[in-house]
Amino acid sequence: MTALTVPDAHANDASPRPVPWRRMAWVTWRQHRFALGGVAALLGALALYLWMAGLQVHHAYATATACHPASSYACQNQVINFNTAYGPTTYTIATLLHVVPALIGAFVGAPVLARELETGTFRYAWTLGVGRPRWTLAKLMPLAIIVAAATALFSPVFFWYYQPFFADGSTIPLDPRLFDLHGVAFAAWTLAAFAIGALMGLLIRRVVPAIAATLAAVAGLLFVARLYLQQHYIAPLIAKNPFNPPVSAWIINGWWTKDGTTISQSTMNQIMNTMFRQIMPAILPKNVNDNDVKFYKGAANSRVLNYLTHHGYTQWTSYQPGSRFWPFQWIEGGWLLALSVLLIAATVWLVGRRAT
Amino acid sequence: MNVVEASGLGKRYGATWALRECTLAVPAGHVTALVGPNGAGKSTLLNLAVGLTAPTAGTVTVLGGRLPGSPAALDRIAFVAQDTPLYKTLSVADMLHLTRNLTWRFDLAYAHARLAGLGIPLKRKAGKLSGGQQAQVGLTLALARRPSLLVLDEPVAMLDPIARHDFMATVLAAASADGVSVLLASHVLTELERVASYLILLARGQVRLADAVDDLLATHHQASLEELALTYLRETPAEVTK
Repeated sequence: MTALTVPDAHANDASPRPVPWRRMAWVTWRQHRFALGGVAALLGALALYLWMAGLQVHHAYATATACHPASSYACQNQVINFNTAYGPTTYTIATLLHVVPALIGAFVGAPVLARELETGTFRYAWTLGVGRPRWTLAKLMPLAIIVAAATALFSPVFFWYYQPFFADGSTIPLDPRLFDLHGVAFAAWTLAAFAIGALMGLLIRRVVPAIAATLAAVAGLLFVARLYLQQHYIAPLIAKNPFNPPVSAWIINGWWTKDGTTISQSTMNQIMNTMFRQIMPAILPKNVNDNDVKFYKGAANSRVLNYLTHHGYTQWTSYQPGSRFWPFQWIEGGWLLALSVLLIAATVWLVGRRAT
Repeated sequence: MNVVEASGLGKRYGATWALRECTLAVPAGHVTALVGPNGAGKSTLLNLAVGLTAPTAGTVTVLGGRLPGSPAALDRIAFVAQDTPLYKTLSVADMLHLTRNLTWRFDLAYAHARLAGLGIPLKRKAGKLSGGQQAQVGLTLALARRPSLLVLDEPVAMLDPIARHDFMATVLAAASADGVSVLLASHVLTELERVASYLILLARGQVRLADAVDDLLATHHQASLEELALTYLRETPAEVTK
């Protein structure tokens, strides 16, 4: 057993050439292929579902819009019925899809370093010839690119699925509830979630807590971006009455002023309710059926607005026009990409410095 | 050439010094035993030598002045950490391939021949091997890298007597036949008796003794390494209090 000899240990004392990336790629693939398979399975299953459900939605929408003449009451009703039948489900699906980037970040990103640190294998990997920074980059870069590319391919499927609801004006691509599920944002969020996961894994050093921390961090960041950041990407436009926002606009805020001073929302509601209660009985005919009451309410409301406008009240609306969808996508994609690069660079640097 | 050279080397974790004022020079061509009770700082010294951790004080160089953790040092030092951390879900063949892909030199033929000689199946997952087999795989991977310095942290602590004997025989063969310098931390003194030609005795984070075994036995009039080590370790508390 001990007859085998090790070849001359001092044959080559020159400083070694760096280990080639191509060889390290095999290691990354071998160690993370199941995680990547999981991503492919998740996105594949979701895409298949969206495609099958989407065919139904598109068919129903085509039937509703085939109605002639389109402006007739019956035809309008068909579109409304389409919306009530399919709207809630598609909206639920969209809400659920928000967890996909966080899941990928948590289950692909967090274990990359956490598992090595938890099981002690980092002592092996970090003392091989490749060296720590190169090893870390060889792991993180290919995985980051693959998960971002996979989600980038998924985005158009979602956009197609939602297309009928953009077409009938019930929602808009800029809608914060959908904004990060298509365009470049979905892939950018996945990339950022992966980078967050990798850093969490390094800092926390245990797989399960790192997964939990990644889910929490991504959810928090998503929450902040949707509620506080997105509306400020470009200064909103402000419109004065009479303003009929284009269907594609994202309304941020509305307020009233009279003689240059802003009136609080509660005061304004009081004024408008009082006037509504005066006007509504005056215009509502007797024996009107329930469906038509809606129409008269609308009429009463526009009379209220008309009255207010002619008596010194000014209605203001701040909004983001629908044409800003792509600029917003690039802004969001840009800061998320910058964040990801920064986090991955920090991770590589910390692995190099990490004392054990 | 000295395989490890330390000067005033110290490492502190929080408020505790794991290693203090460590000055030593281990010449090449020895099997060096790093001996001391648990918590004496053995692992800390090894981690410093292989570049897994950075010193808090002083300096350490390896293989004639190379910085631990630098490409030139990583290339020539093979480290088998405590409990031989292998990727448990990878097969032995994949472990070989992984190591080959993460190092500049790797003697695959040697590794295959040695594992075949040990009867360790290449297709078996590393986690499914016995403790002794895992230790042998770890050692094979390390030797197939053709290191100038082989660093082993408590390699036989978890092994049964037969596996211990086989493991040490391999280490000794590599050292005597191929001129690999070995730095071996252990508290199993009996196993070291046969193999060690240089001794470093650590206690409470400080070097108590560091010299060639023959010289030490002669100057301290002890019959065996074990007796010498035990005498010194028992004296340690007195030395600390004085």
